[in-house]
Formats: sequence, structure tokens, C-alpha cells
Amino acid sequence: MFSRAYRAAITLPPLVWVVVFLLVPYALLFCYSFWSVSPSQVIVHSWTLDNYRQLFRVNVYWQTLFRSMWIAARVTIFSLLLGYPLAYYLSFYAGKRKDLFYQLVIIPLWVSYLVRAYAWKTILGSDGVLNTLLQYVHFTKHPLEFLLYSPFAVVLTLTHIYTPFAFLPIYASLEHIPRNLIEASHDLGASPFQTFWRVIFPLSIPGVLAGATFAFVLSLGDFLAPLLLGGPSGIMISNIVVSLFGAAYNWPLGAAISFCMLALVLALLFLSENLEKKWSYR
Amino acid sequence: MATLSQSAITDATPASPAPLLDIRKVAKSFGKNPVLRDISLQVAEGEFLTILGESGSGKTTLLRIIAGFENATSGEIFMGGERLDDLPPYRRRVNTVFQHYALFPHLTVAENVGYGLKIAGLPKPEVATRVEQALDMVKMTPYAGSKPSKISGGQQQRIALARALVNRPRLLLLDEPLSALDANLRRQMQVELKSLQREVGISFVFVTHDQEEAMVMSDRIALLRIGQLEQVASPREIYNRPATAYTAQFIGHTNLLSGEVKDGVARCHSLSWRTGLRDGPGLFSLRPENIRLADGPAEAATVRFRGRVLRQAFHGATELLQIECADGLTLSIRAASRENWDGDLDLEFSSADAVPVKQSQERV
Repeated sequence: MFSRAYRAAITLPPLVWVVVFLLVPYALLFCYSFWSVSPSQVIVHSWTLDNYRQLFRVNVYWQTLFRSMWIAARVTIFSLLLGYPLAYYLSFYAGKRKDLFYQLVIIPLWVSYLVRAYAWKTILGSDGVLNTLLQYVHFTKHPLEFLLYSPFAVVLTLTHIYTPFAFLPIYASLEHIPRNLIEASHDLGASPFQTFWRVIFPLSIPGVLAGATFAFVLSLGDFLAPLLLGGPSGIMISNIVVSLFGAAYNWPLGAAISFCMLALVLALLFLSENLEKKWSYR
Repeated sequence: MATLSQSAITDATPASPAPLLDIRKVAKSFGKNPVLRDISLQVAEGEFLTILGESGSGKTTLLRIIAGFENATSGEIFMGGERLDDLPPYRRRVNTVFQHYALFPHLTVAENVGYGLKIAGLPKPEVATRVEQALDMVKMTPYAGSKPSKISGGQQQRIALARALVNRPRLLLLDEPLSALDANLRRQMQVELKSLQREVGISFVFVTHDQEEAMVMSDRIALLRIGQLEQVASPREIYNRPATAYTAQFIGHTNLLSGEVKDGVARCHSLSWRTGLRDGPGLFSLRPENIRLADGPAEAATVRFRGRVLRQAFHGATELLQIECADGLTLSIRAASRENWDGDLDLEFSSADAVPVKQSQERV
């Protein structure tokens, strides 16, 4: 329907953008991951698999990778546990207040990530809101140290930040369930509880999978929350990548770790895409 | 404003001494908007009752109140002598066939049909046998393992029916179940549904806006108009003896003759016939098929007149002619199918076929 020239004209700019700013850097990074650094801090352009071997041989790397996955898994579970009931309430019971609640969930997304992370710092610190309160009510004599600079703080902050991402696809999938299916279930004798587990939940699984994928992938690659609130025990794999590209000046190893992460994330996306297809019926 | 007298809306022949479903003075408003007013209606055991009405008449709301998806603003509903309207929908021995079938998309055809039985906690072998029987009843056994999205609209309709009937409800509610089907399939399903209802002997309450469908299938028709019952009667009764002008016009075609009655004789333009009505203005319904070509000697109770053919519409077996009489009165008449109806015709009708009807209440 449109001429070739016109189609080329509208496709070319985004194509150039993607190639120049995404594919080329990735290709470069991919090359880096097979190069190495000489003791005199010069990049040696000869091919080697050493960087990938290091990732699995040096304990701190794979341990941090596993810790990151474990943190991301917890964030995913908590985001779903918070996001699902919220989405369910909004979709089925909020009535006229639906739009208001929806905005209340969305608005925090406009607030800078840093502000939200620092907010938790103020709450969880040893002179923070929470510790002051706990001491005031004589729950504890000394400030609780595990609250800040710990994996706990990272999981808490990331859950807060990524719950809306889990909420949104769940909410969308619940909104798409035809209401007459719920009436049909009641009509056939199923109580609200039975209806939830036999009709509503199975039909919302694609949304749950999408939400879980968002929460897991986004928190797996996060480096600000662990940087600000994680302390030494809350370090995640992205912090290592950042330092390898920065102070440590080992771009090849940083690139190798990045590509392992990328492969992991792509595999996850592929898996969840297929599962979502399996569970959707329209 | 004229109100309908009680005799116009109550059934001439009460269905049975102890009705299965007894709707007493049910009213429903959405906010300040009244949707149903003062509905009293009984459904007998094994009866096929159709709630007929235009869109917006409140027919679906009435069905949803019986099913329990809506609460009546006032009034009571009893089933088998027990209060029904204070039970949640999942405790009512009523099942519904929904307008768009509402089959569970994540379950197979067999799982859909077995849903209610499984919820009721029946042992697995019994569920399996009854699902099998139900699928056999609607001739859908080969599709037991299919997902609803893989079968046609007509097939989904049968599954929705099987899913409801397999629970052996005391009452089956059907919300315009045939409206999504094309004309041929709809006619076929009308016949199937009716014979199925006779077979299983369960009371059906069927909602439709299609008066032909209502006539073909029902034992009785409850005609609903702007939230009130206009007439409840058998199809024959409601067609031959419409109580109100609205009923006469909604069900089938009719000519409404508005005239004056004096000394037992009704006059409308140049036509006049004997009637039992008291003196005053009178409204009569005269079906087009009751006006025929005059031939032979006139009998005592026939009215003869002359009219010119204005236009004709082909209806297959018959033609519907628009006739203009000398005094300007136009009438529809049904005549034998013929290519060209032309010129002046001598026509007649029996005065008994001019049925007195009440003026319907104005829209509010």
C-alpha cells in the first residue's frame, strides 16, 4: 500500500538507531569478552576463553551470581504476593475507586528510583525512622543493625520498586477475564473461593508469568539498591560488573559476565513467553 | 393516564395449583432508574415459559434476579415453596445458559460439562458417566477433549446446554441462547431445544426478543414492556386474543382500528361491526390474515368493504398488501402469493376477528 521508498524512509531511522546504539556496542562487548588485559593494563586483542572460565572458577563471581538470583527470586515472590491481591482487589472489588487506586499504584513509578532507595535508607538506618520507633516502644535497646546494609534491605527496596511491574500485567490479565465466566461458575455451584482457584487464577497465569518475569529480570540486573543499601553482604552481580568496567579496569571479564547474564535473561524470557502461550486461550 | 386493570395482565388459565417458581411483586431499580415494577409470575413444573420483550424491557434483569446475579429491590421469589431470593447463586438449584455461552476457555468440553458435578463433590466415575450421557444427549461426544475455542458457535451452545442440564436443576434459565446463531441453525436449535425440554421435563425460563422464537417454543409467553408484564398467556391466546394494543402489535402483524362504540356497534371510518364493548372510544386489533377477498353472499356477521392496492410485499407463501379504502383508511391484508395485485378489491372480515384491545400504558 505504501511505496518502497516511503517504507524505507520510515523504517531506516529506527533501524540505524538500533544498529548503531545497540547491536554495534553489543558486538564490541562480545569481542571484548574474548580478549584479555595485560599486567600493564593494556587490552590484548588475542582470542581466549579465560574470562568465561574465571566466572566459574573464582568463587566470588559465581557465588555473587547465585546470590543475585536468590535475591531476585525473593523479590519476585514478594512482588507477586503483594501485586496479586492488589490487582485482584482492584479488578473485582474496587468499584468506583478503581481508577484512583490504579493511579496510586502508577504514580510512584514517576518518582526517581534514587529518591525511593534513599527513602528506605532513612527508614532502615541505625538512626532511621524504624529503629527510633522500635527503641521508643522498648522493643529493642540498641538499633537493629541487620535492617540496613544487608540482603534484607535490598530485597525490601527492590520489592517496593518492582511490585508495580508485577502488578500491571496481573491486573491486565484479571481485567480480561469475562465476568460471565465468574457468574457461570457461581451458577454451577462453585463458591467464591472455589471460583477463584478453578477459574480466576488459572486464567490469570499469563499475567502472573509476565509479572514474575519483569520482577525477576529487572531485579537480577539491579545495581543501585545493593550499592546504596546492600553493604558488603548485599552485593549483586551487576555491582561486580560495574567495578570491573571501572576501578578494576578489566573490561574483558566484565563483558564475559555481562554476556552470561544476558544469556540467562534471554533464556528466561524465552521460557516465560512459551509458558504464557501455553496458558492463554484467546 | 390509563392503567391496566389486573385482569389484563393475569393469566387466564393458572398453570398449576403449586407452581415451581413463584415470583411475588418483584421490583428492581438501578439507582433511581426503575427497571422492573411489580412483577408477579409463576412457572409450573415442566413448563416452558418465555419472557419476551424488546431490549431494555428488563427481561434479562428478571432472569438475573432469578439466577441470583442481581438482587431485587423489593418482592420475593419462592421455589418449591421455599424462599429462593435470599440464597447466593451457588446455592440455588437453578442453572443458566448464558447469552454468550460463558464456557471456561481453559477447560476442555468434557471438563466444562463436568464442572458443576465436580464442585458438588460427586465421585469421579459418576462424574464421567454423567458427562458422557450429557454429551451424548447434545450429540457432542466426539468433541469431549476439545477446547471451547476450537468448536463452532452452535456446538458451544450445545455444550453450554449440556453443562447446565447435567446438574439436573429444577429450573433452567436461558438468556437469549440462540441470538448468536445464524437463522437456519437457530430454527433447527429451536426445535431441538423444545424436544429436549419435553424429554428431560425440567422447567425452562427462556428469555428472547424474538417473538417468532417465543411462539414456536413456549407453553406460555410473558410479554414484558418497560419493566412491566403486559400479558401472560399461551402463544395461541396471546396471538388470537391480545389484551393490549402493544401486545397485538409486538406479536405478529396487525391493524389497529380506533373507533367509537355506540349501542353495541363499533364504527371506524366507514366500517362498522357489532361488538360487546360498552359505549365510548374503542380500540380493535384485526390481523391481516383475517381480512379476505369477498366472494359469494355475505354472511350475517361479516363486514364488507372496497379498497385499492397501494403496494405489496412478497413473503414467500403469502403477500402482504397495503390497502387504501375510499375514506382514506389504510389496512394491511394477507393474500395469496401472486406477482401483481392491482386495482380495487372487494374485501371482508368477520366482526368476531376485530378483537377489542386496551390502549397500552404510555412510556414513562
